[in-house]
Amino acid sequence: MKLIFKKLSPYKWLIALVFVLLFAQAMSNLLLPTLMGNIVDNGVVAGEIPYIWKIGGVMLGVSILTVAVSVLASLYSAKIAMGHGRDIRRDVFRHVQTFAMKEFDELGTASLITRTTNDITQIQQVMMMMLRLVITAPLMMIGGIIMAVSKDAKLSLVVLGVMPFLVLAIVLIMRKGMPLFKAVQKRLDKMNLVMRENLTGARVIRAFNKENTEAKRLKEANGNLTNVLIKVNKLMAFLMPLMMLLMNLTVVGIIWFGGMRIDGGSMEIGDLMAFIQYVMQIMFALVMASMMFVILPRAAVSANRIKEVLDTDPSITDQVEAHRSTAAATGTLEFDHVDFYYPGAEEPALTDVNFRSNPGEITAIIGGTGSGKSTLVHLIPRFYDVTNGAIRVNGVDIREASQAEVRSKIGLVPQKAFLFTGTVAENIRYGKDDATMEDIQRAAKIAQADDFISKMEHGYDTKLEQGGANLSGGQKQRLAIARALVRRPDLYLFDDSFSALDYKTDAKLRQALKEEVTDASIVIVAQRVSSVMDADRIIVLDHGKVDGIGTHEELLESSAIYQQIVESQHGEEETA
Amino acid sequence: MTKQKQPEKKKGTLKRLLRYLAPRRKRLFLVLLATILSTVFMILGPKVMGDTITEVFEGAYARLTGTGTGIDFGKVGQMLLFLGALYVFSSLFTFLQQYLMASVAQNTVYDLRADIFKKLKKLPLKYYDGHSHGDTLSRVTNDIDTIGNTLQQSLTQFISSVVTLVGIIVMMLTISPTLTLIALVSLPLSVFAIRPFLKKSQEYFSKQQNTLGNLNGHIEEMYTGHQVVKAFGQEQQALETFDDVNEDLYEAGRRAQFISGIIMPVMMFIGNLSYVLISIVGGILVTQRVIAIGDIQAFITYTRQFNQPINQVANIANIIQSTIAAADRVFALLDEEEEIPETSSGEIVQADGAVTFEHVAFGYGEELLMKDLNIDVKPGQTVAIVGPTGAGKTTLINLLMRFYEVNSGSIKVDGQDIQSMSRHDLRNHFGMVLQDTWLFNGTIRDNIAYGKNNASETEIIQVAKAAHADQFIRTLPDGYDTILNEDASNISQGQKQLLTIARAILADPPIMILDEATSSVDTRTEVFIQEAMNNIMEGRTSFVIAHRLSTIQGADNILVMDQGNVIEQGTHEELLAQNGFYADLYNSQFAEEQTG
Repeated sequence: MKLIFKKLSPYKWLIALVFVLLFAQAMSNLLLPTLMGNIVDNGVVAGEIPYIWKIGGVMLGVSILTVAVSVLASLYSAKIAMGHGRDIRRDVFRHVQTFAMKEFDELGTASLITRTTNDITQIQQVMMMMLRLVITAPLMMIGGIIMAVSKDAKLSLVVLGVMPFLVLAIVLIMRKGMPLFKAVQKRLDKMNLVMRENLTGARVIRAFNKENTEAKRLKEANGNLTNVLIKVNKLMAFLMPLMMLLMNLTVVGIIWFGGMRIDGGSMEIGDLMAFIQYVMQIMFALVMASMMFVILPRAAVSANRIKEVLDTDPSITDQVEAHRSTAAATGTLEFDHVDFYYPGAEEPALTDVNFRSNPGEITAIIGGTGSGKSTLVHLIPRFYDVTNGAIRVNGVDIREASQAEVRSKIGLVPQKAFLFTGTVAENIRYGKDDATMEDIQRAAKIAQADDFISKMEHGYDTKLEQGGANLSGGQKQRLAIARALVRRPDLYLFDDSFSALDYKTDAKLRQALKEEVTDASIVIVAQRVSSVMDADRIIVLDHGKVDGIGTHEELLESSAIYQQIVESQHGEEETA
Repeated sequence: MTKQKQPEKKKGTLKRLLRYLAPRRKRLFLVLLATILSTVFMILGPKVMGDTITEVFEGAYARLTGTGTGIDFGKVGQMLLFLGALYVFSSLFTFLQQYLMASVAQNTVYDLRADIFKKLKKLPLKYYDGHSHGDTLSRVTNDIDTIGNTLQQSLTQFISSVVTLVGIIVMMLTISPTLTLIALVSLPLSVFAIRPFLKKSQEYFSKQQNTLGNLNGHIEEMYTGHQVVKAFGQEQQALETFDDVNEDLYEAGRRAQFISGIIMPVMMFIGNLSYVLISIVGGILVTQRVIAIGDIQAFITYTRQFNQPINQVANIANIIQSTIAAADRVFALLDEEEEIPETSSGEIVQADGAVTFEHVAFGYGEELLMKDLNIDVKPGQTVAIVGPTGAGKTTLINLLMRFYEVNSGSIKVDGQDIQSMSRHDLRNHFGMVLQDTWLFNGTIRDNIAYGKNNASETEIIQVAKAAHADQFIRTLPDGYDTILNEDASNISQGQKQLLTIARAILADPPIMILDEATSSVDTRTEVFIQEAMNNIMEGRTSFVIAHRLSTIQGADNILVMDQGNVIEQGTHEELLAQNGFYADLYNSQFAEEQTG
């Protein structure tokens, strides 16, 4: 919560202004009873009707002033709350963009999305409520006390005497309530989670005859939630009546002591009436402010979740020093005895990977699930940094260049072909902002995508739905490949990018690639032997270790694992 | 639905909702009583207070004019005691009402939720397949939340508002009809004054909502595609787009909040206007001795108390409407057609695994997709199911496990019609590995143990080894105690697959169903899995929705499906010899592998 308030600092003058306006609003609202008191004392008691009309006119003026001040307050508080939300949202988004893969893995993409969207919206709403209602209460209280003291200092002791009790009651209930409200949120989340699991897992649950286990889980979640909700509502049942009672008894006290003072001649009846109304105004403001009990815990949860994001430091940062010129060895890639551990893992994900690729060469990586193929690829664009050893692109250690610079040399085709909302052409142009239509078509042709794109109704202007939902897996992959090709990078990374292509397209694509790319290194992660057979070097990975490096023929001789892979696939093809 | 039926339906929903309150009707009655009492005490307060003030004033005035001895503190004290008592009781009853209502409302909501949860068990798979999970989920959360709030607050609020309004008007009238008129005139005035603001603010709010949707869409896309955004160095562009939409949102939000923020001051202003008028006219009336001085005080208090219940009563129509709409959605879920009730076969005998389909027909609604399907599978045989996407391969499995019911014909396991067994007994015979790897938020150990009640640690590790999952589990920081997060995104798709396989192996069923289970596992791992599968498939009947050539070739029977129906069946050689759909499919899908 502290962090959230800190983000208000650019608005401190506006907030001060809102405070002033709201204070003016409170004071002018409190002025009305004072004026009414004057009507009673000087008009009614004395029987002076013109005086009544005159003061009535003043009251009207005060009312108009109140509404003007309130409108202004609303204008500025809207500015503050919305601007504050906008700022936090921008900060969070900006910060998340600096995250490396590790942070995305840890916090979870889905969770990051809700934190940037719902949680901030929540904060924004609370801020609005605070500015509009909650801060009016203390202002009203202060204003009320000022007015009361100025009217009759002695009588205002009654009001002052009750205040500590009121504050104490609120603090006590708040103390007890806060953890309960947090528990409500937690148990609500839990129930939703179990419920969602029951919906998505209906088939599995039934297949395993687990309906009763699940029913028990649901019942438990439901019961837990209900229990804490009842507790919260019972606690809240104390709050309102208690506050009302305290204020009402104050009024009773005021009439009693006020009566005495009137009797003693040191106070007039109109003052007493004004006094009572001050107390009532304060009371209503407090009732409004008690809404914060409901909203504050929710906001606190959201604030914490946002804070977590902002407090997470990106694990990979650029070195401050100026990068060296990178012309040393264009189109080369070098792994120099690279070890890599995932954060917190005991076992290495990669051990002593060592190879070098020259321009125009294809390096293929093959191996089982969890053998470290994708990990190896992710190290090159600095999604993670190596633990030991070094990776050099174009002869430069990638840790000595900025992330942006390293990536500008690389054309990556990720395992999951992620496309954006927009046209086909826009998606390919994503690889190179200033690509011409010819560039795009050329890339699409090499990627074997031109055919199907041309067949679509709007060709390159066809709109893709979010994530490319209107394309097949193979089509998406080919667009992702075209996107990398249009970049004409020094290094191509294909992370299992041919898996959704049929064998014929796969072969054609690799052929076209070989003809086209002569000045860059190519790294291909694959599962099919046919995709890697003609590579210049094949790296066989097994549990993060290099089992063998060589050509197809060499590995058939030297690597048992490679033989096994070839056999499992070759067998099929022969009998087919 | 015809117009006449609409209100009837509403009434029905309301009645049904009230039935949920019925078990707590005694408490509810107490709540209502407490509400009325607290309101009545509350309303009497200002009048007594006014009278007390009049008493004070008159005493003081009398002494001033020399006609009396001053304030009669005995009488004033009595009146104040009475006033204090009124307030104490009013607060006490408010407390009682809210305190009692807490358990009434929350227990009612509990019952509603419990009924839904019970219902979930009885719903056929067809429901789950045909309804978006988000929609069902929102019925359990948002809709029930709406009902809960209405019960907890709006119900008693409404009652107290009505009592307050009536009470206040009565009290006002007894004090001064003229002043009452002034107070009441301000009501339509405020409604009239607010309307344009309300309209404008709704407009801005919907604009704000739309912009928010755009922004959230952008955030979602940039976050899920962060790898690509980074790889192509497009962070700056993403940020620029974000800033633009964010700024739009700020503008829209600012306007919406500003306009809606004006409503309160405007209402306050009108309230103040009537306050001023009451002060003036009341003052004049007092000078003419029409009313007493304390009455002004009472009146002002009443008008202050007037606004809130007015708003609440005005709102009640909306609240009732949204509550009924919410209840409708909840009841619609509760009224969904349930699975055919079943007769349990009693004891469970381990099946041998013979499966026969006899003249099975199936379709959604009138139209039959599957007509007259006959299959005969002997214990231990492997059946491969092949066909293009959407051919109905999953349907076959759905029928076999009674996720869906056949329209006619029968499916028999060991000669016994599966319709004559309970679903529970039937499913005991099956193990299943789906392509959609469902795991729950819990430890890896618990997820594997899902396959069998009271599985021992040794068994769990044994099956994890058999599924080649043990190795990767051990590399995780917490090993078997690693908690899978909400969408199990902390392990890879292939690893999830291995866990579901381990889970199925642990269940040790006579019949196995593998639904494209190996498609996201790479070749080498698949070799291991295949080995493990071959082992557990031994002596077991297995149905495999197959993509791999080796599975198909090794199968005892291949079912070729297209458009919901099995169009060919036989062994690989037989089907190739037929030179029909299978031969075509085979040539287009698998022949390329030869040239590759």
